[in-house]
Amino acid sequence: MIAHEDLKARLRDAGLAIQVGPFVVRLRSQLDRIERSVALFYDRQLLPVDGAPFADFHVTLARSSGLRTVWRPQARFFLDGRSPFRPLPLAHAYPLFEWGLNWCIAQHAHDYLMVHAAVLERDGRALVMPGEPGSGKSTLTAALALSGWRLLSDEFALLSLETGKLVALPRPVSLKNAAIDLIRERHPRAIIGPASHDTSKGTVAHLKPPDSSIDRMHQQAGPAWLVFPRFSAGGSDRLQPLDRAEALLKLVGSSFNYSVVGGAGFEAAANLIEQSECLTLEYADLDASLGLLNAVAGGPA
Amino acid sequence: MTRPALAQLVAVLVRPAAARELSLADWDLLVRVARVASLEGRLQATIEDAGMLPDVPPAPRRHLHAARVLADRQHAMVRWEVARIHEALAPEAIPVMLLKGAAYVMAGLPSAPGRQFSDVDILVPQARIQEAEQHLFVQGWVCEGYDAYDQRYYRQWMHELPPLTHMRRKSVLDVHHTILPPTARLHPDPALLWKAAVPLDGFPGMYVPGPADMVLHSATHLFHDGELENGLRDLADLDALLRHFAADDPHFWEHLTARSFEMDLARPLYYALRYGNELLQIPVPDSAFRALAVARPASPLRGLMDGLFRRGLKPHHWSCDGRLSGAARWLLYVRSHYLRMPLHLLAPHLMRKAIKDHRKAKREKSEP
Repeated sequence: MIAHEDLKARLRDAGLAIQVGPFVVRLRSQLDRIERSVALFYDRQLLPVDGAPFADFHVTLARSSGLRTVWRPQARFFLDGRSPFRPLPLAHAYPLFEWGLNWCIAQHAHDYLMVHAAVLERDGRALVMPGEPGSGKSTLTAALALSGWRLLSDEFALLSLETGKLVALPRPVSLKNAAIDLIRERHPRAIIGPASHDTSKGTVAHLKPPDSSIDRMHQQAGPAWLVFPRFSAGGSDRLQPLDRAEALLKLVGSSFNYSVVGGAGFEAAANLIEQSECLTLEYADLDASLGLLNAVAGGPA
Repeated sequence: MTRPALAQLVAVLVRPAAARELSLADWDLLVRVARVASLEGRLQATIEDAGMLPDVPPAPRRHLHAARVLADRQHAMVRWEVARIHEALAPEAIPVMLLKGAAYVMAGLPSAPGRQFSDVDILVPQARIQEAEQHLFVQGWVCEGYDAYDQRYYRQWMHELPPLTHMRRKSVLDVHHTILPPTARLHPDPALLWKAAVPLDGFPGMYVPGPADMVLHSATHLFHDGELENGLRDLADLDALLRHFAADDPHFWEHLTARSFEMDLARPLYYALRYGNELLQIPVPDSAFRALAVARPASPLRGLMDGLFRRGLKPHHWSCDGRLSGAARWLLYVRSHYLRMPLHLLAPHLMRKAIKDHRKAKREKSEP
């Protein structure tokens, strides 16, 4: 672990190398918000100064320049000197870093089938949960990660085209709106960062993954369950089997790069389906749904 | 530490065994320079071809592999688009000549593997261009997002239709009737291009340019029509084409230089050979330079062009930039417009463009 002053100096100078699952991110920033959030969330993933001669992504978070930004300060994301998207208010600098990193991975990591899905693991077996925004996926993921499951990923499943296994990408879980207080109340000792209000996704706050999830990030996991959650307020919690062909269609429909990786992607997706129990989860009450998922995994409800 | 990244990229392209000598820190910058230059996929293909991939450390190899996957995907899409264009125009007996990337891929030329590109460019005879547009429209290619002024600008002054976009696939198709705008300083005759065109196997009515014309078009696009962002990539295309054609035909170089005069494209060819040889070590026989001696610019201009192109052709990456790179790029941009149109047409056009851009920026700014 490195001292805070050292972290700050590296962020401002040659860049801070962070191991994010299979990727090394070299991050530069003068922004206090970035410095505080990185120190909070990524302290276990920092690489020694000479430990990462090659970085996958060279990212800079900087204040936008220009007269207008004097009274309306903004943060801009740069990948190797180029800015692929519009700036956001300075207060959203940290979510901008996380979203920008998603973009970097989605654009470049074509040695994986990338799926918009959460991934958790128990006893060496992985649960993959693709979900639309608003499906309750992040809330379920946070609650599972804080009650004995290992977190591999919150919204970015990496299915290795080489091994057919899921590769961990441990990053803070992004909690939205009501989920922030819900998780805070249930897990008072969980580490949740400051909330960013009025983002395009509403209020967002990030939950730090448990240490054990971070420390085991280089362990891959074979797929065992593929669950599509759907939030239904006031409904009843139900797990129902899903037809495999439909599960395959839904899975590739949630992929970021299925059309790019072509045949290899189809094979990987079909193998995942082959090895998994495919289910849909109607989710209304967090405890009830957690009980259902735990029971499927053969553990205490 | 940062200076040699471009030199190392060129070294590996020219001699793949040089990949063995690179450290991880070298790769760290080299991959980024190759990416900005749209040469990542080509780099992978070159290294793979030489059997050197196992010598690339896994971390950079993953990025080269990803670029190749993406390029292969683009090639599959181009083959699909070409077949659809054939379906649209062959029944009407409208001849189609594929240009640039699409031609390299369909003709299986060594400039194709790993080449990254987005649009498909085709040439049809001017007399049939309106008809071609109608039949492409029926198959879903539409011209959208251009106002009346843009439409008139393209149709009256340019050598192409405004870019067509397919309604469902969103692929972009550029339909030209000649390779330079009619208002340009140089006047290559499209009839000559058609006479030397080579039929494309399996697609009756479709052609690619003859070998010399393919080189000339690539050179012209780069040195007369002004898109230098992918300058090094285009030189790498020329390198692969020249080596291939010269190996095929012992008289290729004589034929190429003679053809360049016939097509009124000797000056761009001279530039391509001069800077290709300088930047990418393209092997050019002395006899070719001698044959082009009358086409090279007089000495004060030559010095200026050297200064501009040596900067402008480098990848637009901070590690390759010197103090004057920005100025050189701007001057080359101005030059490309000046070569496209005489000043009395160009000045009002640039004025309108500037006003439109300004208005657009204003509209975007007023968004919340």
